[in-house]
Amino acid sequence: MIPSTMGFAGKPVFARQHLLGIEGLEAAEIEHLLDLADGFVELNRQSEKKLQLLRGRTLINLFFEPSTRTQTSFELAGKRLGADVVNMAVARSSVVKGETLIDTAMTLNAMHPDLLVVRHPDSGAVALLARHVRCAVVNAGDGAHEHPTQALLDALTIRRRKGRIAGLTVAICGDILHSRVARSNILLLRTMGAKVRVVAPPTLLPAAVESLGVEALTDMRRGLEGADVVMMLRLQSERMQGSLVPSIREYFHFFGLTHDKLRAAEPDAMIMHPGPMNRGVEIDGPVADDINRSAILDQVEMGVAVRMAVLDALTRPLRAQG
Amino acid sequence: MSRPVLVLNARLLDPASGLDCRGGLLAVGGRIAELGPQVTGALAPPGTELVDARGLYLIPGLVDLRAGFGEPGAEHKERFESGCLAAVAGGVTSLALLPDTDPPIDDPAMVEFVARRARQAKLAKVHPQAAVTRRLEGRELAELGLLKAAGAVAFTDGFRALADARMMRRALAYASMFDALIVQHPEEPSLAQGGVMNEGPVASRLGLAGIPAAAEVIMVERDLRLLELTGGRLHVAHVSTAAAVAAIRAAKARGLRVTCDTTPHHLLLTEAEVEGYRTFAKVSPPLRSEADREAVIAGLVDGTIDAIASDHCPQDQDSKRLPFAQAAFGVIGLQTLLAASLSLVFAGRIGLVELLRRLTVQPATILGLEAGRLARGAPADLVLLDLDASWTVTEKSLFSLAKNTPFEGRTFRGKVVRTFVDGRTVYSAEDPG
Repeated sequence: MIPSTMGFAGKPVFARQHLLGIEGLEAAEIEHLLDLADGFVELNRQSEKKLQLLRGRTLINLFFEPSTRTQTSFELAGKRLGADVVNMAVARSSVVKGETLIDTAMTLNAMHPDLLVVRHPDSGAVALLARHVRCAVVNAGDGAHEHPTQALLDALTIRRRKGRIAGLTVAICGDILHSRVARSNILLLRTMGAKVRVVAPPTLLPAAVESLGVEALTDMRRGLEGADVVMMLRLQSERMQGSLVPSIREYFHFFGLTHDKLRAAEPDAMIMHPGPMNRGVEIDGPVADDINRSAILDQVEMGVAVRMAVLDALTRPLRAQG
Repeated sequence: MSRPVLVLNARLLDPASGLDCRGGLLAVGGRIAELGPQVTGALAPPGTELVDARGLYLIPGLVDLRAGFGEPGAEHKERFESGCLAAVAGGVTSLALLPDTDPPIDDPAMVEFVARRARQAKLAKVHPQAAVTRRLEGRELAELGLLKAAGAVAFTDGFRALADARMMRRALAYASMFDALIVQHPEEPSLAQGGVMNEGPVASRLGLAGIPAAAEVIMVERDLRLLELTGGRLHVAHVSTAAAVAAIRAAKARGLRVTCDTTPHHLLLTEAEVEGYRTFAKVSPPLRSEADREAVIAGLVDGTIDAIASDHCPQDQDSKRLPFAQAAFGVIGLQTLLAASLSLVFAGRIGLVELLRRLTVQPATILGLEAGRLARGAPADLVLLDLDASWTVTEKSLFSLAKNTPFEGRTFRGKVVRTFVDGRTVYSAEDPG
């Protein structure tokens, strides 16, 4: 069954060549992508999942930094829409030979892909690459800048659970400083009318963090007070030991999400995490596994649907040309 | 020796002496023989080249406190020929070259190399600055005395801060024996480590690692304490923050022998230029906030900042067409030094004479050069300047091999029409060479 919002009628709500970030997107565009994704959720739950929307189109997953989850999610999204999907792990090939990002872009461009899904460890790198290719580019995470499909899938997860985004209080907790997930989520949630707080030790907060339009707190309980949504971020292992926080033990004591700290939040607050989780570092195992509170597996499911929606929306002009 | 040259119908402007009059200037044997309203064609010896200035300004050639070329080691980024042509096209007749080449200028033989290459290029006068420490490593003193005797005009580890406090103390103390100038890149390296732009809202939004303004003032204040201890001479390069301007202002009031400069890009641009990950706006020290920029202008106007330097740092495309964090630091600036600085005059921020003082006689005095003034007996290093003509900065209009200017596309008022070095025409806008 083809989702009902699929029809192409009139002026497209989302008319962009690339999805490089949430910055600059309007609420209507975000709503449109979420509506599209909602339809794909139902499709993905059926036994027959394959569509032919992208038949004959080529999607290249270009990952300069390994990520099994995001890459698999995009791969499934592409395949379920009927595209030919090729995965390239560049970290192990061209970069080692000294090829620059722009060389790689121009090389891939010459292969005429229709979609490029790119992850890169440097902020701004995906936009740089997008300037040198003709096809649609999806940012699958650039440095500490943006990860737009993660923010969209988080929004879809919230909207399906809470029925809305506007007016909710969302607490994003953990390594805000290095997190592209946090930046994209802040932009999206604020565009959609939510109130956003960030909760972290000062060493993991960006300078002038309030300029991002959030309230910053260093006390987890106060940060969670009245929160409808609690988003936990992954603390990368190289940042756990000494230079930014003294130890895992101390970090967990003050910022690890436990049922006890969660009592400060709304009774029906939902818990989210972009994965992969560090149990016992930023989140207590029992909280992560609490099926009444944790939306973590929903997020994974929504991820495929949102990415299908993004691939669909970006290729519509192309498909309209035939 | 060049033939005598007589410039007539000029508006002579000399910040050093306060001279501001219509008149002429006669140069004989590469030096200024006569200047003023009384100079007429009758003074010209036989064979004199006559130049009709048509009422344009005749000013002293600019003295740039700090510029880098790519020789030796990175000849594809800038040669002496291209760099010096950019200089004279921008009205710069003397420049102090940075020592961070490969190999660095940390040996008298390298000072000779610079002198030889400058003679070959035969355009601007190039004065080498030498390393404070061997191989610019910050560990052992370079031969400051021998380097100075060979012709080094100042000592700096260039792009690298002298980080070790004891080393800096020794450098200042030892250099004081020769009255040699120590030039610091004021940035506390451990605080700036990993940073690629100014710390603040823009960096936070773009997800780029920031360099806090405090990294500058911490180093400046430390060095001022060491200066007090040693009695040497310190020059603080490219001041970019309000806090550092304030610290230097206070130190000057206490009578310390400290001077400093800033750059046109820190006077005109802010961190907002980095928007869109523009690597041509990646520079060290980073472009700062608007409040910092305003404070730097105020420091320039009140005399805390002694000079404007280009901090010319050529980078090729391969060093800049990269993700922002990976791209090299640096912008070119020799050819735009005067024109960009003049925009402060047209914006009403500073008077023309006061601005030119910070581009000519003041940097010359800091370096101890016989340059930067219109006076009888001084070298005939001159610039004929059309303040009404405009020009647009484009790749094509720039003579540097590298094109990494943050001013691309800008139209500046104030155009160099002709440049003389030792009385010889080294640049003419009609025939740029």
